[in-house]
Amino acid sequence: MTRFEVVRTGASATGAQPATQRNVSHRSAEANPSAKALQDKFSAAIKRVEVIWAETIVYVDPAAAHEIIRWLHDDQSQQYDFLIDVTAVEYRDAEVPIEVVWHLRSLPYRRFLRIKAQLPKGAPLEIDSLWDIYKSADWLERECYDMFGIRFRGHPDLRRILMWESYKEGYPLRKDFPLRGRFSRSEQLRQALAQNPEARYSMEELTIADAFAELPQDMRERLSKGERTGE
Amino acid sequence: MGLTAPPEHRTVSYAPESQEGWVATRLDFLVNWGRANSLWPMPFGTACCAIEFMATAASDFDLARFGMERMSFSPRQADVLICAGRVPFKLAPIIRRIWQQMPQPKWAISMGACASTGGMFDNYAVVQGIDTIIPVDVYVPGCPPRPEGLIYGIRMLQEKVKNERSSDAGIRDEMEPDPSSQLYIPPSVIDELGEPFGNSVNQTRSGL
Amino acid sequence: MSKRTVEVELSTSGLDAQGRPQRIPLVTNDGGAAVALQPPPGLEPDLEGEHMLINIGPQHPATHGVLRLVLELDGETVVRCIPHIGYLHCGFEKIGEYRQYNQIICWTDREDYLNSIGNNVAFALGAERLFGIEITERCKVLRVIASELSRIMSHLVWLGTFCIDIGAFTPFLWAFQRREEIYRLIEKWVGARLTTSATRVGGMAADIPSGWMDGLRQFIRTFPHTLDEIDRVLTRNAIWVGRTVGLGVMTPEEAINWGLSGPLLRASGVDYDVRKDFPYLDYETYDFEVPVGTNGDVYDRYLVRFEELRQSLRILQQAADRLPDGPVNIDDPRVILPPKSKATSEMESMIHHFKVVMEGPRPPIGESYVAVESPKGEKGYYMVSDGTAKPVRWRIRPPSFVNLAAIPKMVEGHLLSDVIAINASIDIVMGEIDR
Repeated sequence: MTRFEVVRTGASATGAQPATQRNVSHRSAEANPSAKALQDKFSAAIKRVEVIWAETIVYVDPAAAHEIIRWLHDDQSQQYDFLIDVTAVEYRDAEVPIEVVWHLRSLPYRRFLRIKAQLPKGAPLEIDSLWDIYKSADWLERECYDMFGIRFRGHPDLRRILMWESYKEGYPLRKDFPLRGRFSRSEQLRQALAQNPEARYSMEELTIADAFAELPQDMRERLSKGERTGE
Repeated sequence: MGLTAPPEHRTVSYAPESQEGWVATRLDFLVNWGRANSLWPMPFGTACCAIEFMATAASDFDLARFGMERMSFSPRQADVLICAGRVPFKLAPIIRRIWQQMPQPKWAISMGACASTGGMFDNYAVVQGIDTIIPVDVYVPGCPPRPEGLIYGIRMLQEKVKNERSSDAGIRDEMEPDPSSQLYIPPSVIDELGEPFGNSVNQTRSGL
Repeated sequence: MSKRTVEVELSTSGLDAQGRPQRIPLVTNDGGAAVALQPPPGLEPDLEGEHMLINIGPQHPATHGVLRLVLELDGETVVRCIPHIGYLHCGFEKIGEYRQYNQIICWTDREDYLNSIGNNVAFALGAERLFGIEITERCKVLRVIASELSRIMSHLVWLGTFCIDIGAFTPFLWAFQRREEIYRLIEKWVGARLTTSATRVGGMAADIPSGWMDGLRQFIRTFPHTLDEIDRVLTRNAIWVGRTVGLGVMTPEEAINWGLSGPLLRASGVDYDVRKDFPYLDYETYDFEVPVGTNGDVYDRYLVRFEELRQSLRILQQAADRLPDGPVNIDDPRVILPPKSKATSEMESMIHHFKVVMEGPRPPIGESYVAVESPKGEKGYYMVSDGTAKPVRWRIRPPSFVNLAAIPKMVEGHLLSDVIAINASIDIVMGEIDR
């Protein structure tokens, strides 16, 4: 476990002891050294760097996001081994693009970094998945898809996680989705009662069931296309 | 003067043979006493109210004194469904199915503001009161209700059970939801119950 | 007729090369190989091994909330586990976009409802970072006291329900009895037992009443007896050890890659604690240790959380000793309510009061992510502000959500009853997972 020799806790540290941040500046704090390293390595793909309340935010080109984060994970001088969060932000101004936000931590070097990629709203919202780098991206990206409709290319099983799979009202955290939903309360309740969660096993689960192999071929094809019994 | 009633008192006349017999009332009393003092709860606990329910069942506010320490997690053996916590739309068919699995006689307590009316969650995800899904007997307000509040609600339910009469024909009828929509009350009533009202409409003047 | 006992020696250990249970052939030939019996004609052939698909939950006593686990079982052994969540999704993040910062504090109680006052503190820290405010020294110490009391409350619920899942009922009652003491303390302070809403942006909802510290010291004095009692009953108990050692092992590298945090990560051997590595509320000035396990199994998680209870008491003692006098709230009327006596007598204070209540305090444009060490792990609040009184985006980074995602990895190859024990050891709160 040589990797964790650099991590020390509290008073037993021989390196710099971390302290509670005081009097944090709004915009003039120092940037994380990783920001400069990124700019040196991926000059064109790094759109800009901001430091707000002592947190470094690096805006990257969506097409290069996966490669950049892969480098941040693998490179020995960076070692961002902990993916804290994957989320998205949609602003109230309709002109501003949707941002996909990744929060990364380097446990050996005690650093925090925020990477953002902007996706313009006119085009389909798609970006590469980080599942092959961090396993924690699995559910986090599924939630991002469920709430915003952003598709993560390369994700093994991108389906809704918090709402039920046949949820018809849309993507709840988008700004054009009203707070109380699009349908009336009785219609929402009617749709909710009609979705029968135990009849909706995923394909992975259906393949476990005993009689799956004995189903007729056309029925297996229909199931794999998403048709479910009890509709 | 004397034993005659003053003229301003009304007198009510009734036919003795239309009342229940002595045996039926004694049997009702016995059955209701047995039911009320040994209600087996089915704790359908989802959120914070479930923690207060657990605190009520623990030693400081002991529910065992009311005959309710045998928590029945199988609905087939339960008498009262205590819905403790918020119920989102994804959970709605589950609570419906649990209710339908419970055999009569059964009662439902809606514990907390979220189960009774949707509580502070007036948004796309939460059912605005479980009485739109299952028939509820007692509502216990609070967010979460104190254990004493829940015990008061349970005592109220016990009073309700004790006042049931076997001569009342429809009292143990199972609810029949509409086969296509699965709703057991008309949609207009559900919409009316779910409308924002009072303070929630004018929260911070954004109207939402 | 005397009783005769016959001892049968098994020819195999009962486990195959992967350590999974194996059917022992009862009829063998001279060489020891299994001999298939011929069924009588007309009878159905013998059972062959088939995998079962069973469903646990969402309504289940042992899933710690509305969690649904679909398991593929080979006999009693789990081959695959597919969790389903979302049964408690209540749109917290959506409604956060329609509420002022002080109103959102009421919402933070309800998501991780076992750690409500800790969530209040975390959100207030995040909002104060977004506003660029420094809180008073007294407020910092009070918040440390609140966070540690909350940690104790959460770990006691975890301990009680974990014991019930494994089969020991009594520690549940002991744990809840101690929790009632903490509830009484918190009720004297903020007025509510569970859904506290104890902090405000820039301070606290209320200062501690007089005599409250005596109650806290009384608790600190008596709580170790309960801990010792539970320790005596469980830690070296053969049944307990037998049911928890070796289950659900996560290696340190796997644990970091799967994003685990909190006691789950520390039990696997990684000493990452937000209080030590990215401190807040002056935690670097308190003298406490962070327990780190070695094996990453369920027993280590139990030991780590148990020791954390003792360390929380240490922090509480130090905080109680160092509580400084002074104001609890900052003196900025644009952010926090002025004292009632001023608001009813001075015009300016009344206007400030009106604006803070009706419109809400407005932070500058920006964003902030502040993480605290909640009892479940790294709890973070990410807020984006566009200068108005309501955030553009309020993101909750839920530790239980990311921790639970690793459950398919942890339960593979274990028995069905171990699934319940492993699920309990993760310490999940569905309110936080589904938000």
